[in-house]
Amino acid sequence: MEWRARSAGTGLDMTLLADATGTGLTDLLSHPFIQHAFLGGTAIAIACGLVGYFLVLRAQVFSADALSHVAFTGALAALAFGFDARLGLFVATIGIGLALGLLGHLGRPDDVVIGSVFTWILGIGVLFLSIFTTENSSGNSTGGTSVLFGSIFGLSSGQASLAAWVGAAVALAIVVIARPLLFATLDQDVAAARGIPVRAFGVVFLGIVGVCAGEATQAVGALLLLALLAAPAGTAQRLTNRPYLAFLLSPAIAVACVWGGIVISYLVANVPPSFAIVALAAGFYFVTLVLTTLRHRPPRAFARYGNG
Amino acid sequence: MLGADAGLTWNLTDDIRQLFEFHFMANAFRAGTIAAIVAGAIGWFVVLRRQSFVGHTLSVVAFPGAAGATLVGVSAAWGYFGFSIVAALLIAAIPRTQGHSFSEETAVVGTVQAFALALGFLFVTLYHGVLDEVDSLLFGSFLGITDSQVTTLLVIGAAGLAVLAVIARPLLFASIDPDVAAARGVPLRLLSVVFLLVLGLAVAEASQIVGVLLVFALLVIPPAIAQTITMRPLLSISIGVSIGVGIAWLGLALAYFYDQPVGFYTTSLALAGYVVARAGAWSGERARRARAST
Repeated sequence: MEWRARSAGTGLDMTLLADATGTGLTDLLSHPFIQHAFLGGTAIAIACGLVGYFLVLRAQVFSADALSHVAFTGALAALAFGFDARLGLFVATIGIGLALGLLGHLGRPDDVVIGSVFTWILGIGVLFLSIFTTENSSGNSTGGTSVLFGSIFGLSSGQASLAAWVGAAVALAIVVIARPLLFATLDQDVAAARGIPVRAFGVVFLGIVGVCAGEATQAVGALLLLALLAAPAGTAQRLTNRPYLAFLLSPAIAVACVWGGIVISYLVANVPPSFAIVALAAGFYFVTLVLTTLRHRPPRAFARYGNG
Repeated sequence: MLGADAGLTWNLTDDIRQLFEFHFMANAFRAGTIAAIVAGAIGWFVVLRRQSFVGHTLSVVAFPGAAGATLVGVSAAWGYFGFSIVAALLIAAIPRTQGHSFSEETAVVGTVQAFALALGFLFVTLYHGVLDEVDSLLFGSFLGITDSQVTTLLVIGAAGLAVLAVIARPLLFASIDPDVAAARGVPLRLLSVVFLLVLGLAVAEASQIVGVLLVFALLVIPPAIAQTITMRPLLSISIGVSIGVGIAWLGLALAYFYDQPVGFYTTSLALAGYVVARAGAWSGERARRARAST
């Protein structure tokens, strides 16, 4: 229900912003919705940066893509049946995350199968979107858009502090399993021989990715969360070859993108915060790609680990 | 909203007469048929060459194209065709890098897709568009297709199919056995660039009917079903095209009579067809194996 209350999200944001633009940076933090955006956004960014680091390293970015599809359908299913969108969101992302982790070892289905199934899941989401829109014929149809593209300025104080707690829990969980997970990622066989439950770590990790995806959907939306997961991590891994440094750099870049995005969207009229965040993240990544490629530095990340 | 006065009866001719009562609906069927034929034929090679995710990326890039075209006040078709063709050229221009790891490639593709979607969202916001427009760009809409749009789809689709007909034989050869084809002097690089361009056209056409996020329903799934049934090229392509047209027609008719979005029906029909085809192939395989072992 809470989501519905703020499901006027995007429209509301714009009126708030219209009042706020032009007042400059000085009283940026005096607006409650900006404070909530900073609180929730920072936690989400840290979680995404840490989780994304392992996603990119394990070449599982497309698993996150899959999760973003089910996040859309899950959230809209909850809305269509009158529940809080976050319920559907987390059930869908965590459930599918664990399922991907468990089924991932049954052999890789080809891209046609994956693409067809996830296209259909989106199709179901569209059905729920239409049910939800029809039920709320009072013109309040922005719920669907805020699921797709996020509404970080629509976070209430309760939602922002919940996001902060969930983000902190995700970050803590990743930090706790970071060492064995890194080992299991870089050299699966040796890690298994040393008694690390490689498979269990894979499943737990995708479960954490599910929590993180559900969380990030609230800030940047189901369609854009891939940028927050993949781009800062990709940038960090281009900038340094040292795993732990990259592991710290990735959330730092993500936080910088979210903060920068909030400020840009506050200062420039009509620029939605999720666009500004994604544009910064993608911009950082592409500039880094070009610069590091120009310097003829081959991406040798972890070469020394791979051999040992 | 339409279903209220246009109820479905069991009188088929009456239903069909109802379906074409409105001019926009006739246009939707024309446009859907053209897009399904073009996407089905070109998609057959997409499935063969395992390039379905390239198709998906091209369609996602078409979203900011369509939204941007609306923003600057030209027909959305310009945006669809322009952006997906430029994106096809860019993908063709990226050298096949050997040194870059697979993990980095997925990060780049994921970031490009998210950025394209974010850009489209920005354009719609700047346009102050009704939010329904986002949904119809992403998930398809059959309302308000004009005569000139149908003509554009027809002309560009015919051009794409003509190019495909010219390159079909060498493309088939190059897709099935690139090494031997190269040794026989087939220009692989040129073929793949031309094919990417044709793919850009097909994706732009399909996006306008089923929406940028659901192009798989016309581009990939019908040919994949056809290839499960038979691998004889001409027969398989014809089956794929027929299935695609069937999905488009049924999807449009269902969306007309029962008020749900066309994207839901087309994806559900397509996936159901795919599941049936795979199950049929699997049980046929089992029966053959059982016969062989006895």
